[in-house]
Amino acid sequence: MKRFIQTSAAIVLFVSLTCSAFSQDQPVVFKGALIYSMNGKPIDRGVLVVRKGKIISVGDANTKLPADALVQDVTGKVILPGLIDTHSHLGGPEGGDGSAALNPDARALDAINPSSDGFKKALAGGITTINIMPGSGHLMSGQTVYVKMRPAKTIEEMLIVNEKGVYGGMKMANGTNSIRNSSGFPGTRAKSAAMVRELFLQAVEYKNKIAKAGKDSSKMPERNLRLEPLVEVLEGKRIVHFHTHKANDIITAIRLSQEFKFRMVMHHLSEGWKVADEIAKAGVPCSLINIEVPGGKMEAVNLSLATGATLEKAGVAVAFHTDDGITDSRLFLRSAALAVREGMSKEKALEAVTIAGARMLDLSSKVGSLEKGKDADFIILSGDPFSVYTKVEQTWVEGEKRWDIQNPADKAFLTGGYGVYSTDRSEFHHHDNEDNEQ
Amino acid sequence: MQLKAILLASILWTSTAVSAQIAIKANIIYTASGTPIRNGVILISKGKIEKVGTTNNLPIPAGYTLYQSNVVTPGLIDARTLIGMSGVLNIPVDQDQLEKSSPIQPDLRAIDAYNPDETLVKVARECGITTLHTGHGIGALVSGQTMIVKTKPGTVENVTIQPLSMLAMTIGPSVSGYYGSPGTKAKQMAMIRTELLKAQLYLKKMNDKDSSKRPSLDLNMDILSKLLKGEIKALITANSSVDIMNAIRLAKEFNLRLVLDGAAEAYRLIDEIKSSKAEIILHATMARNEGDMVNMNRESAALLTAAGIPVSIESGYEAYVPKTRIVLYEAAMAMAYGLSFDEALKTITIHPAKLLGIDNRVGSIDVGKDADVVLYDGDPFEYTTKVCTVFIDGAVVSNKCP
Repeated sequence: MKRFIQTSAAIVLFVSLTCSAFSQDQPVVFKGALIYSMNGKPIDRGVLVVRKGKIISVGDANTKLPADALVQDVTGKVILPGLIDTHSHLGGPEGGDGSAALNPDARALDAINPSSDGFKKALAGGITTINIMPGSGHLMSGQTVYVKMRPAKTIEEMLIVNEKGVYGGMKMANGTNSIRNSSGFPGTRAKSAAMVRELFLQAVEYKNKIAKAGKDSSKMPERNLRLEPLVEVLEGKRIVHFHTHKANDIITAIRLSQEFKFRMVMHHLSEGWKVADEIAKAGVPCSLINIEVPGGKMEAVNLSLATGATLEKAGVAVAFHTDDGITDSRLFLRSAALAVREGMSKEKALEAVTIAGARMLDLSSKVGSLEKGKDADFIILSGDPFSVYTKVEQTWVEGEKRWDIQNPADKAFLTGGYGVYSTDRSEFHHHDNEDNEQ
Repeated sequence: MQLKAILLASILWTSTAVSAQIAIKANIIYTASGTPIRNGVILISKGKIEKVGTTNNLPIPAGYTLYQSNVVTPGLIDARTLIGMSGVLNIPVDQDQLEKSSPIQPDLRAIDAYNPDETLVKVARECGITTLHTGHGIGALVSGQTMIVKTKPGTVENVTIQPLSMLAMTIGPSVSGYYGSPGTKAKQMAMIRTELLKAQLYLKKMNDKDSSKRPSLDLNMDILSKLLKGEIKALITANSSVDIMNAIRLAKEFNLRLVLDGAAEAYRLIDEIKSSKAEIILHATMARNEGDMVNMNRESAALLTAAGIPVSIESGYEAYVPKTRIVLYEAAMAMAYGLSFDEALKTITIHPAKLLGIDNRVGSIDVGKDADVVLYDGDPFEYTTKVCTVFIDGAVVSNKCP
């Protein structure tokens, strides 16, 4: 137990060292925009002040400006917090392979290419924080990572350690996604649940042994790469991100989380609209994918764009995600707009791409809203966040402008074009089984 | 039981009767052929557009059922899709778009596979898509025939506009992915040229004045003959610059009427495309930039239009999720990336109608055309706008706004 905490600590230290590298001493003021801080009402002609990668203040036109500030007039624009994508496959996280259905030891960390130009899609879409998930197609695809869209040569430079001291969750799935006619994989839903429960029982036993050993290192069980991250799950530090579509599979996911008392965010939820009250009662936050056409696989046949509205009415915490390459990171705001079209409130739909997602990653003390002391992650839009006529014009990460539509090299990543994107991106995680997954 | 049957019959009868005479009033009608009409009125009778005017000059006659709307467009046309052949479940029993037994199969008819009850067709219909150019898939040198249908429910015979529209062909890496041979670009071209040479010979023999010397009917050669005679167009999916040029070279050699499909890099070859007289059905604006579409550009529709090349936008083919795209949203995105509103609307109405040779019936709101009309609660291209009511041949086929 101690040893892997040490490993985590070493990475944390590395992360915090690299973070400070791109802070800017001089305060920068953005004034004149309609600011959706996601902390209180929208501020007309607001003022946002950032310094050293953090937000100094957010307020109305009367906000006091630092004397030495660089002032940028953004009158007529709209400012939002940097968007939070709670489920993406950018950077090629790969994950659990065909050798087993349960891969808690597989880390997206070890696979992601931090130089992937896929991340340019995120920046062009206004996304600044991403939960990159391994998988798909396993009961447990492995450990996810929470990353910031900083310029980086190593994945460590991108990681964000959350309020619980971890920088990722655990990807799980049920339903037809993880059923395969292959050795080591379940063939039915009941077997799927049984295999998960068996693994969690092992993890409980392992956790108890560690607790019993206390400070007596001679009694400490041997290190176990499969069970260590599950101990973090059982301790409530590492959140389970659970791919689940059909109503019965959603209920099964809830049943498992209640049996082992693990914290969970459910993802996708094509049929979430059928069991909204049950989800609300269980208090499980939900991250939805909004796709304009249902189907393409059996479990998504009843997908509805009204699920966001239905869950909102039931009182469920709702976020959206891209699942890039299922939907395109450049169109993340459009996903939210489609939910508005089908009855979700604009307020909750904006939360669903910002603060609600941050909460689902235990990151809301750092990102997801524009508040004093939080990271200076924000985007400047040309207009209404839910309009086809609106463009993301600038994306700022920790006080640094990372994407600007006025820069032709940046704009190219928005439009695409000859030689803009490389062919070796691998966010298309379903290729292995797209022809036979049901 | 008898009573129920009578009731059902009378309901069916009334709904047909109601569909006979309809008046639509709208704040703005985008006709796709002329300037937009403010405070517009459309009268529909016997499934056709009877009159078009304004509330000032066109009174609504007695006996017409009135529909009011914010915005109206013609029924939308998907210039190239596989839906109805390819289904929502994505399991082998509902995927009839690509026969993998051989890479050249011109004899495969779309009418033998198209399913008018397919869920994806219903989804398209509810989004205002009233006409589909659908049929055999992308991924074979010659995958089979395409057809043109209305998206209304019914039997294939009842919904078909043209049972044979084009011959679907593909030049590109997907062919080698599905078939053991061809394995290279050069082999692809050699195989298709060999087949067309055989067809030339067949056609020559078929034209022999001595009927006893004519060969017996060959289903494959018969369709290829129609292609060589220009009776049907060659719909060639080609995305990379090399594959597009191969398609143009092939069309020139065999004097084919070329429709370039997908055409992800067409924006790089504007002069070549113009001199070849090839028509363009452009990939979905939101298609994934992977594989041979890695160099796609969301500004393609705007770039081609600016160069004077009419663009039709397709939903194309999707292998996974989403299982299809909706051309209304793809045209909206083309507008977001540089196309004007009017031009964007044309990419899914009058341009594909002309390209498909059905503009005498559909593609614009003009007197005498089929009464395929879509009603919206706002700007058709805005993300938050709903498609409210859809008419096909003067009958309501979808009505979603309360």
